[in-house]
Amino acid sequence: MFKGNFIDNIAKVYGLYTGGFLLFIALMAILEQAGVSAEAIGIMFVAFTIAIYAIIGFLSRTMEVDAYYVAGRQVPALYNGMATAADWMSGASFVAMAGGIYFGGYGYLAFVVGWTGGYVLVASLLAPYLRKFGCYTVPDFVGVRYGGNITRFCAVVVLVFASFTYVTAQINATGTIASRALQIPFEVGVWFGLLGILLCSMLGGMRAVTWTQVAQYIVLIIAYVVPVVWMSNKQGFGIIPHFGYGDAVMRVAELEVMHQVGILNPTESVAGLKSLTTLHAFAGDDWLSKWKFVTLVLCMMLGTASLPHILMRYFTTPSVREARQSVAWSLLFIFLLYFTAPALATLTKLQVLDPSLPTGLIGKAIADVQMLDWVQKWSNVGFLKVIDSNGDGLLQINEFFMRGDIVVLATPEIAGLPYVISGLVAAGGMAAAMSTADGLLLAIANALSHDLYYKIIDPQADTKKRLIVARVLLIAIGAFSAFIASLKLTSILGAVAWAFNFANSGLFFPLVLGVWWKRANKQGAIAGIAGGFLSGVLYLMYVRFWGGEPILGLDHLRFGIVGMTASLILMVTVSLATEEPDEETQRMVDEIRIPRGKTVLGQ
Amino acid sequence: MENNNNEHWSRTRKLMFTTLGIWFVFSYVVHWFGNALNNIYFLGFPLGFYMAAQGSLFIFVVLIFWMVNRQNKIDEEFGVHEMHETESNKEN
Repeated sequence: MFKGNFIDNIAKVYGLYTGGFLLFIALMAILEQAGVSAEAIGIMFVAFTIAIYAIIGFLSRTMEVDAYYVAGRQVPALYNGMATAADWMSGASFVAMAGGIYFGGYGYLAFVVGWTGGYVLVASLLAPYLRKFGCYTVPDFVGVRYGGNITRFCAVVVLVFASFTYVTAQINATGTIASRALQIPFEVGVWFGLLGILLCSMLGGMRAVTWTQVAQYIVLIIAYVVPVVWMSNKQGFGIIPHFGYGDAVMRVAELEVMHQVGILNPTESVAGLKSLTTLHAFAGDDWLSKWKFVTLVLCMMLGTASLPHILMRYFTTPSVREARQSVAWSLLFIFLLYFTAPALATLTKLQVLDPSLPTGLIGKAIADVQMLDWVQKWSNVGFLKVIDSNGDGLLQINEFFMRGDIVVLATPEIAGLPYVISGLVAAGGMAAAMSTADGLLLAIANALSHDLYYKIIDPQADTKKRLIVARVLLIAIGAFSAFIASLKLTSILGAVAWAFNFANSGLFFPLVLGVWWKRANKQGAIAGIAGGFLSGVLYLMYVRFWGGEPILGLDHLRFGIVGMTASLILMVTVSLATEEPDEETQRMVDEIRIPRGKTVLGQ
Repeated sequence: MENNNNEHWSRTRKLMFTTLGIWFVFSYVVHWFGNALNNIYFLGFPLGFYMAAQGSLFIFVVLIFWMVNRQNKIDEEFGVHEMHETESNKEN
């Protein structure tokens, strides 16, 4: 059945895998009917999928530098697209995005637009050129294009800051899901999650991460789309809800008037929970809300095009042409989840708000609402709270508090789907968080082992030593982030948006101008990376910790606007004020602009 | 050779600016007018909401596939595309 190597049989292998996973779901459904407990099914879902990833990770083990850092540069465009999509879509996208839209309405859609449109920049400005360059890491490009260890070191610092902010949130998410599915304490769940992540990446580096990420994408997309489609069918919103939920959007708008959303504000506050106060489809008619929307889109897009764990995925394709093609596939696979999230948020909101539906809550008697199974279950774990603030015995919009995560996690129960679907969702969330954490940990460990250790500290190190250092760093960084995550400092470190702002402040213009502006030189790059990053960080401190008023509405989610502006201005003025790059560098830039020929670094 | 590469790069740059022009419209201009567009209906949706939830995303996907295709044609026209690409593409 399998002739030749793995790459030749890749479609068969993942086809079988997908079929096997669907069979597994069916088997779990049968076991549920046969009376196996919900807890046991949850445990089997999480354990089975993690075991598969660990096996893939083990089979992909390697002691070759090329395989460890760039998967041997033989990942076909389509599969690299899937791996990138899994790398990209984090626990936050999977669990929190639909909830964010539920509470934030139109304003939150800035994230949806920003986290997709950034790929246009990746495809047109960066991916093919970095692939032709032939580097192992993003700081590798900066270090060689501009020359000198200082530029390389600056890029490493920005990379570590951005990726580390992001990875603790992911490990936190794996801990949350593992603790709920396996019924273990959160602190243990975090270390269990880390173990799973390391099993995927430690032995095989990028090669292992690539092939597990493809497997994780398949699990996470099935787990996200199946419940939504099922719920939509069950409740009469059509087979594919994505195109037909316009009526639901309109109906929500009517119900918002009826329930006085945005007029009836909560009179009490519950830590960590929110009640609905924002209109679903209202785009805001004042200058500030429009400005806040577009600046958030801008920060997320330019951050997308600067995050090293994404850019390094395009180093793994066999050719420049496939690197470019692969960006298109990536966005298609990401799009499948991102255009489902607003549909999910709208349908869930309709069910909660509409008193004429059997699931409707608002306007019903509080005693009846508290009797509902799923309301009780999620109240018990502190995700939901019903308070009769005005004492009239009826549930008003400002008396219903919940956490955004419920929108995805509780959908199967709200809609009365079998428990097997909840198990599937847990496996999907785990896949999303693990795959992103893997990519991020590897980006950090590779930058430290390749750029800091090999290129700066010990250029004489042999292959074996380099790969051992890479693995030790991977474990150490993973353990450190799991430790931070177990402290539950999520209010400080959990802001995923910060990672995008750190990355775009320090890296966007130095990377793009490195390809598109020959005149950009070393002094300019140092000024652009260090100056941009520091301005961004200082502004963040100012708005977030020193009690400063946001200037022009630029709050802590948008500090990249300040950082990027500083970065661009500094980089251009300093480059122009100093001598132009030498002939060799200019030839190198010419070389990366055409696909044909050997890579610049030849590695 | 030098001239050929310069011409190739100027065509590549033009394609990049066209792509980013379209990108700019659907990333920023459309959403700046989100409120006004909400008075227009498309497939039963208020158009402003639709564009942010689906429309722009869909256009980004199509835009990248289109741009990739154009760039491949430009590379081939100037003879700077990679050799052996039939070989490296066969896994697709």
